[in-house]
Amino acid sequence: MMNSQEQPIISVRNVHKWYSGVHALRGVSVDFRANEAVGLVGDNGAGKSTLISILAGLHAKDEGEIYVEGKLAAIDNPRDAMNLGIETIYQYNSMVPNMSIARNMFIGREPLKASFMGVGLLDEARMRTESVAAIANVDLHLRSPDALVGELSGGQRQGVAIARAMHFKSKVMILDEPTNHLSVKETAKVIGFVQSLKAQNVTGIFISHNLHHVFACCERIVAMAMGEIVLDKPIAETSIEEILQVL
Amino acid sequence: MRRFIKISLQKPELAAALLLAGLVFFFQIMSNGVFLSPANLRGILGLMPEMALVAIGVTLLMICGEFDLSVGSVFAICPMTMAVLMAGGWPFWPAIVAGLLVCAFIGFLNGWLTIRFAIPSFITTLGMLFMVRSLTVVISGGFPPRLQVDAIPTWLFVEFVGPGNLLRASFLWFVVIAMAVSLLLSKTNFGNWVRATGGFLPAATAMGIPTARVKIACFMICSVLAGFAGSIQVMRIGSPLPSIGEGLELAAVAAAVIGGASLLGGIGSIMGGIIGAILIRVIDNGMVLSQVDSNWFKFAVGALTILAVVGNSWLRKRGQSMKVET
Ligand SMILES: Nc1ncnc2c1ncn2[C@@H]1O[C@H](COP(=O)(O)OP(=O)(O)OP(=O)(O)O)[C@@H](O)[C@H]1O
Ligand SMILES: [Mg+2]
Repeated sequence: MMNSQEQPIISVRNVHKWYSGVHALRGVSVDFRANEAVGLVGDNGAGKSTLISILAGLHAKDEGEIYVEGKLAAIDNPRDAMNLGIETIYQYNSMVPNMSIARNMFIGREPLKASFMGVGLLDEARMRTESVAAIANVDLHLRSPDALVGELSGGQRQGVAIARAMHFKSKVMILDEPTNHLSVKETAKVIGFVQSLKAQNVTGIFISHNLHHVFACCERIVAMAMGEIVLDKPIAETSIEEILQVL
Repeated sequence: MRRFIKISLQKPELAAALLLAGLVFFFQIMSNGVFLSPANLRGILGLMPEMALVAIGVTLLMICGEFDLSVGSVFAICPMTMAVLMAGGWPFWPAIVAGLLVCAFIGFLNGWLTIRFAIPSFITTLGMLFMVRSLTVVISGGFPPRLQVDAIPTWLFVEFVGPGNLLRASFLWFVVIAMAVSLLLSKTNFGNWVRATGGFLPAATAMGIPTARVKIACFMICSVLAGFAGSIQVMRIGSPLPSIGEGLELAAVAAAVIGGASLLGGIGSIMGGIIGAILIRVIDNGMVLSQVDSNWFKFAVGALTILAVVGNSWLRKRGQSMKVET
């Protein structure tokens, strides 16, 4: 008997995924509990990105079920995932370089002053003030919401992506290798951010090849190899050596 | 202030606007003041909407990251459909609406084929260029029907209007459409999606934008504008030749590119495409006035295209390298 405290926020049950011939996920079952920071690790091609892209609605699973807060969830596109409170920061950047920070913050979720059949006038003043506030909330200091994202450093861009995810009140934040190509200082900032998720009642799923980073900011570690989960333990009960052995 | 200069330098249409100002000045002197005379402006502004409307659609589509080489043929099929239907007894309004629907359908096909089969729109629309041109000749039945001009409210489309008869009614259509499309691109959520789709497709997809529908909508807008422009031209000259609009696709792409649109998508402005189209008209007209051998026209347009793109990327780099606080 589960009480609501223990009910996982996301429960993945026996999920399979084929990419025309490649069996990328072979019956993956894993739970993510509310308010927990989980590290997802595995070698190149292990299926980490595939698993999270299914949770994010970018790819469709071929078999299996996903439950969100106990209810069977149909995640057919990124909007479904966002509506369920799942926000994703991607391995490559999910920002459009030629667009301003304020425009990027609200892609696909623009506040409108008036609309007709889904097309409407942007509330640009609101987009500006809210993006300034959202960016300040993740402790990033940017002067103008009108600057182009392409002019920001890699770390600042990830910061804006994180601010965007937080702004939309996500329950689950997935970060797929957010520290790729970042300097040491910027990496530390992203790690600090993952550590702070717990205080904000957000579940974090953090993917990285750097086990030290994962150990620094996660409570539990899930390891994948060849499309399967090969280890799932609290950080305290495992070690870098053990994880290196199963990968 | 520095931010303002920086933002201005990065405006995609800046190089074209500067070139336009320079050329107007140049032709004004070369023609001993005839260039900006009311009579000559009448000529320039009277024909300008036809090309500029096509350029608006092509620019929008290029910002969305796609290409349309079929606009020249679509330009011809719309008025031909209209003329054939009218010759068959249809009244004007249903006939022109039918013509525009044919264009919308061609635009839909362009977009659907491109996305469904993941082929470059360069190829899809190149094929469509030939198919639609051929269809135009086929439905004309070899020799074009006579356009029943009395059945057409020409005052609403092509007659001279306003003080000094400086402008044609088509110019007003052009202004309204240009403002509407500019607004759509820069002030609406749809415009945001167009820019995101063309600017970085993976990000647009990841943020849940219906990129296929956005692209198809842009293809359709582009085709309908081209067809409308062709109808205006035919109403102006009074007969639906099946050959009108040949070569227009490349001129429209040149206009968009001169105006700062990037072939890779995501960058450009409607205003830029319009300035590009005006520039091409100005060169055409200015060279005639300055009594330059008209065979140099294409040379000038070609040189201008390269010059504008080089100038643009130089200005943009200057803008980017300007340091302002982020
Ligand atoms: N879009 C795709 N089309 C075809 N095959 C794919 C696609 N995406 C991933 N794959 C394959 O699926 C398998 C799992 O890839 P995935 O990207 O999920 O691995 P990963 O664990 O994220 O690796 P990395 O650490 O390199 O990011 C790999 O064999 C990969 O080649
Ligand atoms: Mg990956």
